[in-house]
Amino acid sequence: MSHSTTDRLVYMANQIATFFASQPHAAAIAGTREHIEKFWDPRMRTKIAEHIAAGGEGLSPIAREALEGLAPVKAA
Amino acid sequence: MSLIHEIDYGTPVSKSEKLVSVVIDGMTIKVPEGTSIMRAAMEAGNQIPKLCATDMLEAFGSCRLCLVEIEGRAGTPASCTTPVMDGMVVKTQTERLKQIRKGVMELYISDHPLDCLTCSANGDCELQDMAGVVGLREVRYGYEGENHIKMGKDESNPYFTYEKSKCIVCNRCVRACEEVQGTFALTISGRGFGSRVSPGMDESFLSSECVSCGACVQACPTATLNEKAMFDIGTPEHSLVTTCAYCGVGCTFKAEMRGDELVRMVPYKDGKANRGHSCVKGRFAYGYATHKDRILKPMIRASIHEPWKEVSYEEAITYAASEFKRIQATYGRRSVGGITSSRCTNEETYLVQKLIRGAFGNNNVDTCARVCHSPTGYGLSQTYGTSAGTQDFDSVEDSDVILVIGANPTDGHPVFGSRMKKRLREGAKLIVVDPRKIDLVRTPHVAADYHLPLRPGTNVAIVTALAHVIVTEGLVNEQFVRERCDWAEFQDWAAFVSDARHSPEAVQKYTGVDPALVRGAARLYATGGNGAIYYGLGVTEHSQGSTTVMAIANLAMATGNVGRRGVGVNPLRGQNNVQGSCDMGSFPHELPGYRHISDAATRASFEALWGVTLDDEPGLRIPNMFDAAVDGTFKGMYVQGEDILQSDPDTKHVSAGLGALECLVVQDLFLNETANYAHVFLPGCSFLEKDGTFTNAERRIQRVRKVMAPKNGYADWEVTMMLAEALGYKMDYAHPSEIMDEIARLTPTFTGVSYTKLDEMGSVQWPCNEKAPEGTPIMHIGGFVRGKGKFILTEYVPTDERTGPRFPLLLTTGRILSQYNVGAQTRRTANVAWHAEDVLEIHPHDAENRGIRDGDFVRLESRAGSTSLRAVISERVSPGVVYTTFHHPVTQANVVTTEFSDWATNCPEYKVTAVQVAPSNGPSAWQEEYEKLSRESRRIAEAAE
Repeated sequence: MSHSTTDRLVYMANQIATFFASQPHAAAIAGTREHIEKFWDPRMRTKIAEHIAAGGEGLSPIAREALEGLAPVKAA
Repeated sequence: MSLIHEIDYGTPVSKSEKLVSVVIDGMTIKVPEGTSIMRAAMEAGNQIPKLCATDMLEAFGSCRLCLVEIEGRAGTPASCTTPVMDGMVVKTQTERLKQIRKGVMELYISDHPLDCLTCSANGDCELQDMAGVVGLREVRYGYEGENHIKMGKDESNPYFTYEKSKCIVCNRCVRACEEVQGTFALTISGRGFGSRVSPGMDESFLSSECVSCGACVQACPTATLNEKAMFDIGTPEHSLVTTCAYCGVGCTFKAEMRGDELVRMVPYKDGKANRGHSCVKGRFAYGYATHKDRILKPMIRASIHEPWKEVSYEEAITYAASEFKRIQATYGRRSVGGITSSRCTNEETYLVQKLIRGAFGNNNVDTCARVCHSPTGYGLSQTYGTSAGTQDFDSVEDSDVILVIGANPTDGHPVFGSRMKKRLREGAKLIVVDPRKIDLVRTPHVAADYHLPLRPGTNVAIVTALAHVIVTEGLVNEQFVRERCDWAEFQDWAAFVSDARHSPEAVQKYTGVDPALVRGAARLYATGGNGAIYYGLGVTEHSQGSTTVMAIANLAMATGNVGRRGVGVNPLRGQNNVQGSCDMGSFPHELPGYRHISDAATRASFEALWGVTLDDEPGLRIPNMFDAAVDGTFKGMYVQGEDILQSDPDTKHVSAGLGALECLVVQDLFLNETANYAHVFLPGCSFLEKDGTFTNAERRIQRVRKVMAPKNGYADWEVTMMLAEALGYKMDYAHPSEIMDEIARLTPTFTGVSYTKLDEMGSVQWPCNEKAPEGTPIMHIGGFVRGKGKFILTEYVPTDERTGPRFPLLLTTGRILSQYNVGAQTRRTANVAWHAEDVLEIHPHDAENRGIRDGDFVRLESRAGSTSLRAVISERVSPGVVYTTFHHPVTQANVVTTEFSDWATNCPEYKVTAVQVAPSNGPSAWQEEYEKLSRESRRIAEAAE
């Protein structure tokens, strides 16, 4: 894994999605999304949202689907 | 203040609930059946003379001083070995007894140096006391006969001496080593007159198997085994009860003082975590508090390339505050943050997170639990509803099967390790799941029934395989699961673990463990009676750390091993206040009491009392802070009592992050490795110099008491208050008790906690509130905190850290008995006698393949970096696995560890790094560069005249 923050966030999102992948699909999506919303700082969520907007390269299907529904980050 | 003298009842308490009545010297006393006459008498305030008896040890009956007369019985039986019987009539003082005792004492004294006035134990000697008690006025035998008076002294141990001439062969030290510590390092060598205490096979104490726990010194009734401090300083004159600042066991000690000088730390028998025992760190390794390396004046510098300049507190605090304000004005409110310390008190930790949330106005607060037990918090909160272990330490006394996974209690948590070994010697069964043959696998009078030597990184596979056996072989406690857990979730989980891919046979290709061992261990845990799981960082510090915690929780629920004494899920916390720092809201997503920052009602209660509006977004975790620093969005940091450069993984990335900060404020006892990158240094104070509380691994809140004034002028909580005020956020506390009162007002699990209660009860385990006013020793009795216990599916996902041709070995890291964490404290004590440097354990086969001999300097390299250290060839590690510690900054073992971390919490994967080992001629390039940086960075400018 490179030290690029975006690469790390993609890796982390995929790790989270992999854990929830053993649950039914809807639960896996919701679980992944909720985890990221509860534990990621706004700049991390903003960065991963930008990555999704740029095509979301490297994201697993569950991670991608979860992140596509991520609540927008409020302005600080 | 005076010296606290604990009553010595002579023999241990009887646990019988049946009372019997005995008459001693005309007084009728009721005591539990099985109580010795000696103890019964002492409970009535009648101290029978004794030398070989002490209530920490089983009765021995050798000194013949405690004899009594019993109506209707012939002779004079020893009161320590004779239990009372209903209706027994005892006399402890008769003419016959007086003559016998005096005769016995004459014999002792005839072979004892009469140097009482210059003896280190003068005034603290039971032999001296007994001579007085029995009225010894002469020794008819003289002193010219054969004696031991000219025998030498063993001064090899850095902390205590062994003076053979003063030994009365009472066996107390030998029995303490066996019964309390469980090391069996001491024996009585020789016979009859030649008998003397001997460490090992007549070795010196230092070269023997002695672990220097101090139990023998504490047990010794004379000056035979005595602290060197007693020689140097003299006897103490007052003492205060306080809590050790080392590991998560949280031992209680009497800090025995002469003036403001600490003479010795003596384990406190009423300490509910340690029950009067100690280890080499807590008992002896406190010298760091007065070490010359301590920095006692604040310092600042504009750049890390400049030397430090000593300044006043006012100037340092003003400078730090102005820098944080400048950074926030330039880069935004969320561009700064801080780290609380698991070595500091609850009150200090609470204040640092309050400063960050209240004065910085964001939630960029984290703690070193991020890199150790954050998966415990996550995993147990998901499954049980509480981010903490389920038991008290006493619970182990009722365990029938003990499963130790990823923990090394005899090194990491030695006092609890001794308590566990005691239970194992009594017959409890033991399962060890660990890549290494830790001491518990085979140690005197203890042998694991099963050792599952799994490959590092395969915990989830092995624990799920244990569950597979339990479910498929019909060993589930269905009644418990139906009553206490979500039945539908259990069924999903049972179907999941029953799949053939989770069988021990199927996972052997990952774990390397013989399936028969896994099956045997699972059957034993499920059917052996009370099953208790103890785990440590070998569980949490993996990319699937949280998953393993959940798998462990599943296992305990499926077998009904939750909610009573003797069972449970018990995380052994690393540092003294890891539990407390987590409880106090040190995580960036949680306020004190584990309540998410997004919860408006919780925020409102804090906002009302704190007078600020809180950010409702989670902040950055420690690894995220480094990423953001490298990215340029995180610019300022306040670090209290942690050395993140040495302790956190992937050192090069950490140093890049710290180097990118515009303002790093470090508050510590020493110029630690992190301080090499700091702009402001605020002197910290040791646990001896402040009031507060620590919370240990069993959720026990205990007082830390100030026994001397802060050498740096202020307690850490006072410095945090000054910084907050300079930032424009006033905090107004006159004493840490007021901070605890605020914590109690805001935290539902702490509403019953106060210093008054702690002083009354000694300690209390949270939750402590209106439902449990005296605390909660055991959690989840009758029901889980979250309602129904939640079974969670735990799919094994191999770590991405893989071995290959370039890095064919797996490195796993840990700690050893004599050193603690990054070694900042223990390296500055005589504990270096046992561990002066980090070494690499390597299996003989792997060493031979590489041409490495024992003691050779080797290069340890991973894709993250390399370091050099000496090799120790050892079969404690399996072929393909190497092991080291991270206690010494010269080694910087974390240069080698990687950025991989737990999926849920970002807890680093310290325990699995693919490495190569090769012979080396000297330090790595990183070590040389870092040594130069470190030397330059620690320069302190001469003060202007």
